[in-house]
Amino acid sequence: MKLNLKIWRQKDANTKGEMVDYTINGVEGDMSFLEMLDVLNEDLINKGKEPVQFDHDCREGICGSCSLQINGEPHGPDRLVTTCQLHMRKFNDGDTIVIEPFRATAFPVIKDLVVDRTAFDRIQQAGGYISVNTSGNTVDANATPIEKDKADDSFYAATCIGCGACVAACKNASAMLFTSAKVSQFALLPQGRVEATERVENMVRQMDLEGFGNCTNTGACEVECPKGISLENIARMNREYLSATVKG
Amino acid sequence: MGILDSKVPSGPLAEKWTKHKNKINLVNPANKRNIDIIVVGTGLAGGSAAATLAELGYNVKTFCYQDSPRRAHSIAAQGGINAAKNYQGDGDSAYRLFYDTIKGGDYRSREANVHRLAEESANIIDQCVAQGVPFARDYGGLLDNRSFGGVLVSRTFYAKGQTGQQLLLGAYSAMNRQINRGKIKPYNRHEMMDMVLVDGKARGIIARNLVTGEIERHSAHAVVLATGGYGNVFFLSTNAMGSNVMAAWRAHRRGAFFANPCFTQIHPTCIPVSGDHQSKLTLMSESLRNDGRIWVPKRIEDAQAIREGKLKPTQLKEEDRDYYLERRYPAFGNLVPRDVASRAAKERCDAGFGVNKTGEAVYLDFASAVQRYGKEEALTRGMKNGDSKTITQLGKDIIEAKYGNLFQMYEKIVDENPYETPMMIYPAVHYTMGGLWVDYNLQTTIEGCYCAGEANFSDHGANRLGASALMQGLADGYFVLPYTIGDYLSNDIRTGAISTDSPEFEYAEKEVKDRINKLMSAKGQHSVDYYHKKLGKIMWDKCGMARNAQGLEEAIVEISALRADFWENVKIPGGTDGMNAELEKAGRVADFLELGELFAKDALTRQESCGGHFREEYQTEEGEALRDDENFKFVSAWEYKGEPKDAVLHKEDLVYENIELKTRSYK
Repeated sequence: MKLNLKIWRQKDANTKGEMVDYTINGVEGDMSFLEMLDVLNEDLINKGKEPVQFDHDCREGICGSCSLQINGEPHGPDRLVTTCQLHMRKFNDGDTIVIEPFRATAFPVIKDLVVDRTAFDRIQQAGGYISVNTSGNTVDANATPIEKDKADDSFYAATCIGCGACVAACKNASAMLFTSAKVSQFALLPQGRVEATERVENMVRQMDLEGFGNCTNTGACEVECPKGISLENIARMNREYLSATVKG
Repeated sequence: MGILDSKVPSGPLAEKWTKHKNKINLVNPANKRNIDIIVVGTGLAGGSAAATLAELGYNVKTFCYQDSPRRAHSIAAQGGINAAKNYQGDGDSAYRLFYDTIKGGDYRSREANVHRLAEESANIIDQCVAQGVPFARDYGGLLDNRSFGGVLVSRTFYAKGQTGQQLLLGAYSAMNRQINRGKIKPYNRHEMMDMVLVDGKARGIIARNLVTGEIERHSAHAVVLATGGYGNVFFLSTNAMGSNVMAAWRAHRRGAFFANPCFTQIHPTCIPVSGDHQSKLTLMSESLRNDGRIWVPKRIEDAQAIREGKLKPTQLKEEDRDYYLERRYPAFGNLVPRDVASRAAKERCDAGFGVNKTGEAVYLDFASAVQRYGKEEALTRGMKNGDSKTITQLGKDIIEAKYGNLFQMYEKIVDENPYETPMMIYPAVHYTMGGLWVDYNLQTTIEGCYCAGEANFSDHGANRLGASALMQGLADGYFVLPYTIGDYLSNDIRTGAISTDSPEFEYAEKEVKDRINKLMSAKGQHSVDYYHKKLGKIMWDKCGMARNAQGLEEAIVEISALRADFWENVKIPGGTDGMNAELEKAGRVADFLELGELFAKDALTRQESCGGHFREEYQTEEGEALRDDENFKFVSAWEYKGEPKDAVLHKEDLVYENIELKTRSYK
């Protein structure tokens, strides 16, 4: 396959970026999208040019490092995959592919396609945990049975990889899906109920402070989420938040 | 034994750890506030250690090259975590877990460390549940278990195929709690470039800020390395792209002995290589061997027809399939340990029975599991005579509930539906049992430098059992290191803050800068990946699943030459200030080029086969590994002396007081 790429290049956070055109030959369907970029970069290096910088690590869809807005969609056209697991067989010979970083005020560009997503870390630090000491002196794991349905829903919420696709997909750059996934994971478990009120208040406060937008129930986040995190989580967080506000 | 003192406490095995904890020195809470600890790496071992140390009251700084601690590669562990809970009532106990681990490691690990691991295992599950880790549960609301290779009980706890993710997010959340309290200061997108020793003690690190390119000095009273394994020396592995040996290797160069570098785990069930563009390999969890049956065609003509696309695996009759693991190892069948399963796959493929285009793949088939589960489900739903279509669908649903995400991942990568046609799999580099030598307290041969998790060598001998890496990472981090390190730090309560203005820091920083400049000023012929791929090929061909003296000798010469070429001709575009992925990779590959040679040297020295280390010269008539306990029942710990060829071997003799050494048999 021969492809035309339009890639966002930006030297650093303080320099203005621009779209640059590249042509790439010999792309095979079995390559992942990032392997296609590897080929491009190898070519650029051999020509003495600077390769395109992008975040990536595990390349098996679980670490949440890779991002990329591909033809306007976070993680590209395929559903339920991250960019590292998007394969080139989803594209055709002669296609033009536009590759940009995830765009959001709260995700400033560091270089080329790399953005700063530490806002997500700070939301988690504000309350995304159960305040139990890690010294190991707790009760037996089977002392508290948990309904399978609830445990499963908690697990599904917890499979969020923190990639930021939900923010990039949202016209308001809202982080509600991300934040609500963590709130839900704990809200559904008896262990997490103890601090539920404070947790939701603190995490939502931090989310707002980071400059993420509001949720207007468009649902684009759920569609683009590589892990299929459900909108139900947002509804659950809204309930939790409302009840927390009422409690004061 | 010379300078290697394992510091294993005396007394009966089962009492050693408790006794040790009761005896070691403690640091009083007020003094802990005056003590700083650096933790490099934020995976299961580093993340859990950082959280617990901070909770105890120490001031912790964490370092990771990723943009967030949550992205450390522990996140990718799929299948599960072992614990001797005996919830299934199948006769499990700490002793059994201990025994299985020693045997699985082919009698090359330290008894006392492994027993401690088994003792702490149950605690991990309690701890994680309290932290809100959503493990799989049954309909009664209690925790579910499954079985892994090399054992005859079900002791593996899991969260679908994302157990590592859930456990790491647990440790990350514990870290977040401490970050929020100001007790942990996280340095993300930072890479440790060197370790700083003051008066022979580890007192800090030099790190590079990967965003600004700045070289920074960080001091502490102790340094914990929890930086994972070095599987990427093979270029292709199941490790993350960034996984590297730099921190451990820099410590090695400063005096930490490197133990058993040749003990590498080649995992039997990975998605086969599809072409030259391949950048990494993807694991298909060992848990799949609970239900998947591994086979190749019985007749070589059939294998050939499959390779040429003239025959489909589903067309092959039952009697024309060779379920070679069930045939060779009736007692353990498809659940033999990883080293055994990998070698058996290689043996079949080398003999011409491979089933993909390159002839390097075998089948992992779920058809019979689908039927078995389908029938069971039909019965429980009251369908006595369910038709085959319904039964198949019910069976597929159960398989999906158990392994859905793995099947989806397979389909995305290979573009085939594994519910309809068997998966193709082949062994790939996965885990490294070797690592920095540590004593019972997890201290390396550098005072004040500790090492936890995959980065150390201590618990898995020559082969790690499935679902034991997560167990070790968390046991080290939550329950071992935070206490043993106190014994050392109790001498530091009057030391006060460590200054970074000392000549030692200045010197180390200069060395780091010189090295970066040297890399940048090479003549610029080939990219870093060019060298990394070449190194990987040498490693895979000559230090891979089967090794021999001739190949290893060649590997040593070739790697040494490649290293010289690298320093002369590597091409790194861009500059040193600011983000530069090529420069990061170059530093890591430079260290792999040294480690690779030591790896080959270690494999050459060990004239026996054990676990994942298979020397072709030393095998039984049936092709099984032939150990030599008389001459090689030791840990090889290498001391750095300049070039890898000059490294000096120290031996820690392994003492077995509780387990009788036997030939490992899974038949």
